[in-house]
Amino acid sequence: MTDTVRMTYREALRQGLLAALRRDPTVFLMGEDVGRYGGTYAVSKGFLEEFGEDRIRDAPLSESGFVGAGIGAALNGLKPVVEVMTVNFSLLALDQIVNNAATLRHMSGGQINVPVVIRMTTGGGRQLAAQHSHSLEGWYAHVPGLRIVAPATHADAYGMILAALDDPDPVIIFEHAMLLNVEGELAAEPGPVDLDRAAVRRGGSHATVVTYGGSVPKALEAAGELAKEGIEAEVVDLRSLRPLDDATVMASVRKTHRVVIVDEGWKSGSLSAEIMARIVEQAFFDLDAPMIRVCSEEVPVPYARHLEEAALPQVADVVAAVRQVVA
Amino acid sequence: MKPDRETVRGHLHAMLRIRRFEEKCAELYGAGLIRGFLHLYIGEEAVAAGVVPRIAPGDAILATYREHGHALLRGIPARQIMAEMYGKQEGCSHGRGGSMHLFDVSRRFYGGNAIVAGALPMAVGFGLGDRMRGTGAVTACFFGEGAVAEGEFHEAANLASLWKLPVLFCCENNLYAMGTALDRSEADTDLCEKARSYRMEARSVDGMDVFAVAEAARAALEYVRSGAGPLFLELKTYRFRAHSMFDPELYRSREEVEAWRERCPIESLKRTASAAGLLTDEDVASIERAIATEIDDAVAFAEAGTWEPVDTLARDVYARASGGSS
Ligand SMILES: Cc1ncc(C[n+]2csc(CCOP(=O)(O)OP(=O)(O)O)c2C)c(N)n1
Repeated sequence: MTDTVRMTYREALRQGLLAALRRDPTVFLMGEDVGRYGGTYAVSKGFLEEFGEDRIRDAPLSESGFVGAGIGAALNGLKPVVEVMTVNFSLLALDQIVNNAATLRHMSGGQINVPVVIRMTTGGGRQLAAQHSHSLEGWYAHVPGLRIVAPATHADAYGMILAALDDPDPVIIFEHAMLLNVEGELAAEPGPVDLDRAAVRRGGSHATVVTYGGSVPKALEAAGELAKEGIEAEVVDLRSLRPLDDATVMASVRKTHRVVIVDEGWKSGSLSAEIMARIVEQAFFDLDAPMIRVCSEEVPVPYARHLEEAALPQVADVVAAVRQVVA
Repeated sequence: MKPDRETVRGHLHAMLRIRRFEEKCAELYGAGLIRGFLHLYIGEEAVAAGVVPRIAPGDAILATYREHGHALLRGIPARQIMAEMYGKQEGCSHGRGGSMHLFDVSRRFYGGNAIVAGALPMAVGFGLGDRMRGTGAVTACFFGEGAVAEGEFHEAANLASLWKLPVLFCCENNLYAMGTALDRSEADTDLCEKARSYRMEARSVDGMDVFAVAEAARAALEYVRSGAGPLFLELKTYRFRAHSMFDPELYRSREEVEAWRERCPIESLKRTASAAGLLTDEDVASIERAIATEIDDAVAFAEAGTWEPVDTLARDVYARASGGSS
């Protein structure tokens, strides 16, 4: 067995970024409060001292400006890692991401690559109310030209940034804010990870739970509870939200014949809807029961704790959905 | 204009209400009764105390997530604000908004907005509404200097000036946007120059001096109400506490914070007014007593408040109920 080190998800992100900055001098980090402040979520703490202001570039509150600048720098020989504090503020940069990063390669007839990496936190659960609790990664996953990933494990938190920087295309990394303090093991010498494949995080034969990002620990916890009742749920972590790894999902569906999809986005027009549609298209005759989705309620996320809990997918909701689908 | 006893007491009362209310909030946050983000205004009280009471009841106010002081001085009862902080349904936003989203449309207080610069374009629309309907009212929009770097500031400034709208842009310049100092975020740190480049009247005032702020606000509101167009008012101030509740404050020195604390708007007022014979110890004590009673009442009200039943979770998403299922 290889040695592992116990650390938070936040620290795994930090170690991954650190490795990226150390191995390639053209990599630089840019965003609000990444330097002096030490990173909004302390992911880049100490970086300014090691790499200096050029490579750890504090940007003013100008999301459209500095995300666009990241795209431009990527076109012109650098490897930018642009940090947008949260997905909520990325809405100010949507134009640069959707109209520029996603299209330039295609519009230029393949002359241009856009090797920009954009990181942002996502998700609710901290009583920050509607404007600070969005889960909009499903929107980004709608757009051809973007690669969307959601690290749910420490290995992915560490490795996806490196893989994203090796990728010639724009990659957006969604880091769920509720994962930051989660403790886990990271290999002392972590190996590379890919950006394309879903992963089975827990095997099971009775039902498949398809999920990603911040909902993965919830699905695993639910699977643990269900196991006590003799229900074996298989948990599939999508890892990549665009492109989707249909093969891994369908292989699990063909094994279990029953499906629950857990997605913190709203149901209507969501990633969960896309996954469901693909399962219907590709594995309809393998299904033994209607699929069930556990998503956020169709309401802006409210502040009050009990209302927020009711609005977001919870472990108990996943347990109930799996019980229902296997009943 | 020489201040009189009443004015002094009024300013002191306004600033101390904010200070004591927020100190209580910080305590309740520590106890886990208030959650989410909590951005304190402590240090900046002279700004709200100078400006908000000058805004007429028919005028509108748009603010940021750092808006407890503005909400209090606008007349939203402290109990309703405190209940909102708790997330109780008796809160001014029925527990849906919390600290960053205090609303009271009956007082034309259109909310704390948690997206930096997010309220600025809407303020332009408020101005448009007042102009086109001929109401004679104006709109005051508060925002931090960090917002000036956003495109939305520039678009809003240009629109308001182009259309000569009755909007008062109140820029609370506390020198830091989270950990980013003004001179690390603006190539030109003269904020008024930016407004002037849109041919907008722009003025700057010492935001630690409540008298200066009150006079500047009076004159600015008069200007905006006259139909001359929008006005950009820079209020130079400082936040004494962390950006929100957690912040290692690596970006500024202890000495700098101490130097600004020396200029505390409340202590300054007490000092100068006492020296001028306009304020007695008993005045201060009676103001403190009244505020303590108000805050105790607010906390008791919030404690006694109720949780909205979960089955109404999906309400207030649309004004009109429709047939489909979401
Ligand atoms: C568009 C956007 N980007 C980033 C943030 C995160 N954020 C919240 S407050 C803040 C600093 C704002 O500074 P300033 O406008 O000067 O107001 P202050 O907090 O100092 O009152 C930042 C970066 C946000 N809320 N909205």
